[in-house]
Amino acid sequence: MAEEVKLFGTWGSPFSRRVEIALELKGVPFEYIEENVSDHKLKSPLLLKYNPIHKKVPVLLHNGKPILESLIILEYIDETWKQNPILPQDPHERALARFWAKFIDDKVNPPVWRALLGSGDEREKAMEEVKEGLETLERVLNGKKFFGGETIGMLDIAANFIAFWLRVVQEFSGLEFLTPDKCPALTKWCDEFVSCDVVKEHLPPREKLIAFTKNWLSGNGWTD
Amino acid sequence: MAEVKLHGFWPSPFSHRVIWALKIKGVDYEYVEEDLSNKSELLLKYNPVYKKIPVLVHGGKPIAESLIILEYIEETWPHNPLLPSDPYDKAMARFWIQFGVDKGPIFLKLLHSTGGEDQENAAKDFLEVLKIIEEKALGDKKFFGGDTINLVDIAYGNLAYWFKNLEEVLSIKLLEPSTLPRLSQWAQNFLEVPVIKETIPDHDKLLAYIRRVRKKIVAEQLNK
Repeated sequence: MAEEVKLFGTWGSPFSRRVEIALELKGVPFEYIEENVSDHKLKSPLLLKYNPIHKKVPVLLHNGKPILESLIILEYIDETWKQNPILPQDPHERALARFWAKFIDDKVNPPVWRALLGSGDEREKAMEEVKEGLETLERVLNGKKFFGGETIGMLDIAANFIAFWLRVVQEFSGLEFLTPDKCPALTKWCDEFVSCDVVKEHLPPREKLIAFTKNWLSGNGWTD
Repeated sequence: MAEVKLHGFWPSPFSHRVIWALKIKGVDYEYVEEDLSNKSELLLKYNPVYKKIPVLVHGGKPIAESLIILEYIEETWPHNPLLPSDPYDKAMARFWIQFGVDKGPIFLKLLHSTGGEDQENAAKDFLEVLKIIEEKALGDKKFFGGDTINLVDIAYGNLAYWFKNLEEVLSIKLLEPSTLPRLSQWAQNFLEVPVIKETIPDHDKLLAYIRRVRKKIVAEQLNK
């Protein structure tokens, strides 16, 4: 059966990369379309057609139908391609995976950027929020290799931001969000995650990400 | 069958969502009213991350966050389905539910608005949101779920009664047949659904509660 799977994404976005990882994990071939997200005028007409409400990536196109929002796309992928499931079978475990994925997007991701952009008290407060969030996730991981157990699952994929983006920001800014003494298992998890075959190819080029982020911080927009 | 308990708060629409889903599925549950100014030890134990209601406890295992609870209920008691079975339609339902979440800050701005211009702008922004919901999510359907209500109706349910009460308190008219004919009709139809009709709080009691909430908000703004 011929299936058309296309992904509109952008190289630097953790949300976009999540979808790539899931498709890779399931062995689903797809066509990738890189979108220019810095200039609205340059967004492709197709993207604007498929996501008129938010005009954002990622957008998964399956046989002409668009699916939006990275976590919703992950659930769709899991329901459509049954091999290598990324969500647990048990409803309570599924609820927990969803809860913690949302926690990462709501409570860990935003304060990293606030800490980076802010200064003084605002930065301190944001740092505390990130650290608290990471310590909570350390407890959730509970010494396991991955959040999903022996292999990566949806929560691991959702936590891609921590394994890569957060650590890149940490390295070039000196802001110590994640330390091995407070979060030993999570620190180890980061290394395990980025070395996974299905993840390796779906991380942004490190130097490019640093260059773009530094430039963005100086107010020059998302460019290098 | 394992015991089901719901920790809720009588005026909270998030609490009501869970009640509606449980009743539609015919699930017996014990309701525990929480005093939010004096949260029970159990609530803090069941939801240490957010310390909020609603929390569903099934066989001793807690699930927090109303939308995650709704998905859990749907998966655990699959009869009288509240989500489409087709993965694409399910993804679209989840998209519209998430849209409501994303626009939450606009609603909060309206709830917290003081002074003529502030309130006018907030109302204008919220009306735009409602127009998108009417046009793109509801369309010409009776309910978001089609002929019967589903999780999308449940997620937007607060518009039909809670928001109408807030309009009364703020002396604004947004959800009106003249401005939003289809959404207004939906609200009427929604309130006629037996499960909804039987469970929403008494109009006067809720109105008085919302007035108290507004009074507190306004007093806090004046003290700033």
